[in-house]
Amino acid sequence: MDNIVERVKKIVAEQLGVNEADIKNESSFVDDLGADSLDTVELVMALEEEFECEIPDEEAEKITSVQQAIDYILANKK
Amino acid sequence: MSIYSRIAGVGSYLPGNPVSNDDLVARGIDTSDEWIVTRTGIRARHLAAAGQTSSQMGREAAEKALAMAGIDAAELDLIIVATSTPDYIFPSTACLLQGALGNKGATAFDLQAVCSGFVYALSVADKFIRSGTHKKALVVGAETFSRILDWKDRGTCVLFGDGAGAVVLEASAQPGILATALHADGSQVGILSVPGQVAAGQVTGDPFLRMEGQAVFKTAVRVLADVAEECCTAAGIASGELDWLIPHQANIRIIDATSKKLGLSRDKVVVTVDRHGNTSAASVPLALDEAVRDGRIQRGQKVLLEGVGGGFTWGAVLFQF
Repeated sequence: MDNIVERVKKIVAEQLGVNEADIKNESSFVDDLGADSLDTVELVMALEEEFECEIPDEEAEKITSVQQAIDYILANKK
Repeated sequence: MSIYSRIAGVGSYLPGNPVSNDDLVARGIDTSDEWIVTRTGIRARHLAAAGQTSSQMGREAAEKALAMAGIDAAELDLIIVATSTPDYIFPSTACLLQGALGNKGATAFDLQAVCSGFVYALSVADKFIRSGTHKKALVVGAETFSRILDWKDRGTCVLFGDGAGAVVLEASAQPGILATALHADGSQVGILSVPGQVAAGQVTGDPFLRMEGQAVFKTAVRVLADVAEECCTAAGIASGELDWLIPHQANIRIIDATSKKLGLSRDKVVVTVDRHGNTSAASVPLALDEAVRDGRIQRGQKVLLEGVGGGFTWGAVLFQF
């Protein structure tokens, strides 16, 4: 669980070019971390690669914060 | 003895002066240089003059490629034009170009695979030459996308430009083209299309380019990385051994994501999207011509060309220059 939180935050930091220390669970990608629409697409692709899963577009649209990404991975990891 | 096809000449043409992002703002489009540059990397594009057609721009590019190859147009036995913006419904842009170049008798046809069109056409020409039936081919990508843009849709009209690029391929005992791969997925027709047609004397449906940007972005990054690996594997080389990658020039962020996936540094990637925008089937031969003429691409080097576009279509050509 902790491991997944850390991995998600690491990917968010890499993709959005922000410090891991500035990323909170409740951080919104767009409002708090400065992501644009393509950043969120790239972020979802990076999560898919890291956790070896496929996130359908309709699900990906609902992932707008760090917590939502963590919840999705926890609920869908193999 | 095996027959290969080898690139004997390249050429390109851009219409008019560059049109900057600020020029588009001045024309009344509700956008900004900052928005366009951060999302696409595009700073300028060229737009065809009123009445200037794909075949006319294709002729300019073709004549330069023929001159570099030292071949007269009359010697060509194959002419393929990749375009989604043909001069006419028919005859083909290839036949119009053939007539303009003064060639008679060559096989001539258009190939429609949108932004993958040039890579598709080059692969097809390679197969004609390797079969032994044809020896000297002209492959052109020529587009006037400015005519199918909805200039009220700021999400798409800023992305595209006009232009043409050309390659002359010759039969050779030495490679040449080492491997090609072409794919399509017709379940994705809806994410990038111009869903209109001419009927009963007018356009029915929608005559403008429509795109679901995020879906296109995601699909493009995925297939460009996959088809690059496929093509390298077919040729028995690692992607890290490539001297140059010339991906379709649609968006710097697609190009960066693709080269990152392939483990190629930015200095091995030819980029023109900043100055040309997305010129669809013309983008790859325009970039190839620039990198050959400025001396970056040297004889003997391994170059991977990649296309991706509406259909969805995608493909790659790996060659030794």
